[in-house]
Amino acid sequence: MSPDLLKFIFGRLGFESLPLHEPIVVGTFAVVALGGAALLGGLTYFRLWGYLWREWFTTVDHKRIGIMYMILGIVMLLRGFADALMMRGQQMLAFGGSEGYLNAHHYDQVFTAHGVIMIFFVAMPLVTGLMNYVVPLQIGARDVSFPFLNNFSFWMTVGGAVLVMASLFIGEFARTGWLAYPPLSNIGYSPDVGVDYYIWALQVAGVGTTLSGINLICTIVKLRCPGMTMMKMPVFTWTSLCTNVLIVASFPVLTVVLALLSLDRYVGTNFFTNDFGGSPMMYVNLIWIWGHPEVYILVLPAFGIFSEVTSTFSGKRLFGYTSMVYATVVITILSYLVWLHHFFTMGSGASVNSFFGITTMIISIPTGAKMFNWLFTMYRGRIRYELPMMWTIAFMLTFVIGGMTGVLLAVPPADFVLHNSLFLIAHFHNVIIGGVVFGAFAGISYWFPKAFGFKLDPFWGKMSFWFWVTGFYLAFMPLYVLGLMGVTRRLRVFDDPSLQIWFVIAAIGAFLVLLGILSMLMQFAVSFLRREQLKDVTGDPWDARTLEWATSSPPPDYNFAFTPVVHDNDAWWDMKRRGYQRPLTGFKPIHMPSSTGTGIILAGLATAMGFGLIWYMWWLAALSFAGLLVVGIGHTFNYHRDFDIPAEDVIRTEDARTKLLAGAK
Amino acid sequence: MTVAVNPSQTGEPVFYLADEHPHPEGWSTSLGFWIYLMSDCLIFAILFATFGVLGGNYAAGPAPKDLFDLNLVAVNTSMLLLSSITYGFAMLTMQQNKVAQTQVWLAITGLFGLAFIGIELTEFAHMIHEGATPQRSAFLSAFFTLVGTHGLHVSCGLIWLVTLMVQVQKFGLIEANRRRLMCLSMFWHFLDVVWIGVFTFVYLLGVLR
Repeated sequence: MSPDLLKFIFGRLGFESLPLHEPIVVGTFAVVALGGAALLGGLTYFRLWGYLWREWFTTVDHKRIGIMYMILGIVMLLRGFADALMMRGQQMLAFGGSEGYLNAHHYDQVFTAHGVIMIFFVAMPLVTGLMNYVVPLQIGARDVSFPFLNNFSFWMTVGGAVLVMASLFIGEFARTGWLAYPPLSNIGYSPDVGVDYYIWALQVAGVGTTLSGINLICTIVKLRCPGMTMMKMPVFTWTSLCTNVLIVASFPVLTVVLALLSLDRYVGTNFFTNDFGGSPMMYVNLIWIWGHPEVYILVLPAFGIFSEVTSTFSGKRLFGYTSMVYATVVITILSYLVWLHHFFTMGSGASVNSFFGITTMIISIPTGAKMFNWLFTMYRGRIRYELPMMWTIAFMLTFVIGGMTGVLLAVPPADFVLHNSLFLIAHFHNVIIGGVVFGAFAGISYWFPKAFGFKLDPFWGKMSFWFWVTGFYLAFMPLYVLGLMGVTRRLRVFDDPSLQIWFVIAAIGAFLVLLGILSMLMQFAVSFLRREQLKDVTGDPWDARTLEWATSSPPPDYNFAFTPVVHDNDAWWDMKRRGYQRPLTGFKPIHMPSSTGTGIILAGLATAMGFGLIWYMWWLAALSFAGLLVVGIGHTFNYHRDFDIPAEDVIRTEDARTKLLAGAK
Repeated sequence: MTVAVNPSQTGEPVFYLADEHPHPEGWSTSLGFWIYLMSDCLIFAILFATFGVLGGNYAAGPAPKDLFDLNLVAVNTSMLLLSSITYGFAMLTMQQNKVAQTQVWLAITGLFGLAFIGIELTEFAHMIHEGATPQRSAFLSAFFTLVGTHGLHVSCGLIWLVTLMVQVQKFGLIEANRRRLMCLSMFWHFLDVVWIGVFTFVYLLGVLR
């Protein structure tokens, strides 16, 4: 074939784009390919494709979509954590003239991919998954406001994850750090596909995130069951509402700033260039106007989870519900007024820095109020140290340390000393792991029995807990020390041998976290095998307080046979206390949305378009774009998107539950 | 839906609705679309801010005074404003259930929209021909992106308009189609409002600058 034709078909993709010269990547590819082939073969052998397509891929059920988000988050955690282990290993070894085992080209991709994956494809799916699963149940709804959109949002997130994963084996990922500051990320300094993978992965996933934010806001505002006024909403629903407001009010900023960067790279405009009037600082400002709300998008739902867990396992109403709600709202607003603290050193001047330093310190006030609310909830409670509560206690201790180092960094003069150092790295891992990750784990172990009908095995759960917590402290406390000694972030090799011991300790910590992750996978496997012993027939295994525990575990497709009516903050607790009798007759057909394959097809086309744009395969991009239009418009010609679950099916499901409940007594 | 949240006649608290009616179709749509518009508004806000910061950086290239033909822009603005009025007429006839008249007004709206896009593209072509390309300076990058994003929205609106006209022709002014026309109406007027911002901030203030 002529070179012109090849270039037309494959753009800049060629055999030299495959990283065959990197033995680590080739080895990883071999493992992933074997594992993937085994998985696909198994699915084919057991004839599961039809089941997966009908019951999962095309589902619009918020519960199944929530579970799929969680699976995505956990799978991507393995990838993101593999990157972390590689960095810890490299920094432990690269002393005394040793180059370690990662060359600079590879190492720079590893730390970029680690950050991008952990934030966008681990933390976001875990948080979105929990909100998706729990919020409609907590407000007594049958599904979200826009069920099809929910399915589409999920698959767009997967599309972004697919692009990031593809960059490992086809071409390369960005070598710019997780926020891809120009001018480094501009075409002159990063001419290869890495930054393009970054841009299109985030753009595809970002569409999903924004739409999912709109969807959940509408769900919470419009679909609450009768009696549930705003100030009777469970705290997790409140924090979810605030998080989704933050999503809708910040992700468009990311969309624009990445679009402008791609214009610079593809068209040659001058937004963030050094010449022709461009301003790289514009990018830094804009991306942090998204970036700071983003950290609250992640941590607010975690705060909600801790609130639910604390009051359930203390057997008490949450202390200071109203102040908790106001604290959440205040954090939501303040999170837009602090973005500049991410670059105090970039020349904004003393007055601007003071303003942003003070607003940053003010955020610690509502956060502190929350901390005291949790403590007072526990005070004089009958605390049960089940796994979710253990994660909550670990959070409270860890997060306070991270919060205090955060306030320290908020002081501009201190920041001038500590910026870009490992102290900062230790700080944000301290709040993200101690807050978001521990929160997600508390949420998983809390709501797992609701989702699957059996509890998680406590032994392996506790193993995972102790490995994670000790591993975290061993991995990150040395980084505080190193940061105070002036070690900067993203370094690949070191000269000063006296530093090595701290990196060795940190690597041991990372290894313990690895054991924690493995224990968690073990916990899932063991729990599945022991599911009969761990079974929850009541639907309320923790003697909990909010509506999701009023229905069976797992809940039926329609969530509630009759829409609940709420009188109290702790609606289910109130129902139990006042002798609620579950209705056994009078069931009616239930109106539900139908499944559709349009979401996964659209997301597949969007991912293909991203791939085409990354590799300059213009025909692929154009064709996928046309496909998006045709399928999207075609979908609007389908006016029949709902069906009724017949009353007989509802009766059968509810009778089965009645028998189960009778057997349990 | 009226609900007895208070204790029932027997004095027992009511914990569920024995007789419920599902939310009407499209119960959340207006709110959802409104929130979407606000997120879109934020996209324009950032583009305006970018223009505000970079709009004076001509890099020794052409400035607004050398480029903008206010007469042409005035004609263009009137195209878009008129299209908003005719869309309003379409909505009024929709209320009266007159399919044919609704279609006519929608078609006129579409033609005005098309005229707007046509004039905008002519203006762009003229500027590029004179060497004022998006690559020339940060001012021009920001100008083309802000105005172009608006034009892209109007183009999407036109595709949507045609789709809805086909659907109204095929299925009539059924509830779902009325809801869709209402959403497009919000979208269309929203783009009008954004354009007034563009006209004032980019063109008028640009020529004064």
